[in-house]
Amino acid sequence: MKTKTTRRLVEPLLWSLFSAGGAVAALSLPVLLFLFGLAIPLGWLEAPNYEAMHGLVQQPLTRVSLFVICWLALFHWAHRFRYTLYDGLQIKHLNEVITVFCYGGALLGTGVAGYLLWNFR
Amino acid sequence: MNSGEMRGAPVYTEFHPRWYRKRVSTYWWLWKWSYLRFVLREISSVFVAWFVMVVLALIAGLSRGPEAYSAWQEWMRHPAVIAVNGVSFFFVLVHAVTWFNLAPRAMVMRVGGKGLPDAVIAGANYLAWAIVSAILGWLVLRAG
Repeated sequence: MKTKTTRRLVEPLLWSLFSAGGAVAALSLPVLLFLFGLAIPLGWLEAPNYEAMHGLVQQPLTRVSLFVICWLALFHWAHRFRYTLYDGLQIKHLNEVITVFCYGGALLGTGVAGYLLWNFR
Repeated sequence: MNSGEMRGAPVYTEFHPRWYRKRVSTYWWLWKWSYLRFVLREISSVFVAWFVMVVLALIAGLSRGPEAYSAWQEWMRHPAVIAVNGVSFFFVLVHAVTWFNLAPRAMVMRVGGKGLPDAVIAGANYLAWAIVSAILGWLVLRAG
């Protein structure tokens, strides 16, 4: 059975992406979310000015790091959310739709991240 | 799954017979704290994905110019967005803490034939978290 073999090859890869994404998200997202989502909008800390932020993101190292964070974090979401829907809500009859939605969404987001960072001016 | 009823070596077939299973409510995870905690941990992934979108919007804004960056900042100051980000921060913290606490289970490390104590592995993860947070915080705030 072809589908079974493909699954056996793909599933460990997806799990590795989930795992790597979990680590990347745990290490980097809390501080970024605190700064950009709460501390700066609420005025606890001064907002970074455009030139400095632009310069920071323009660095090749920043762009590569941001791409890796977006890519892995999205696949982390895809894998975890897929199983949350599967186990939590027991919507197993929608298995194919869920799989396409989750990994397709992660692929789309990764594509957008790659496009934005590659063409960053 | 109740395999207590089975005796001897099970016979495996590709299409095993459907055994009796009790229907489980869709909301099975609401009734016990440990189940609810499991679901909260899993749901954290949604907020991880949300923040990736926020970052992508920031990158797009920075790329388009100062006005677009200001528009992004303005949007981030909207009370509803701040509320979502507050909730997201909570869930991202839940994700980080549960992730690091599970690390000793996921990576078994041996030094000189002995397994490292769980506290050392978890501690190393928390230390890495502190260092990464400090570096990222410095990079962002230096620009402030």
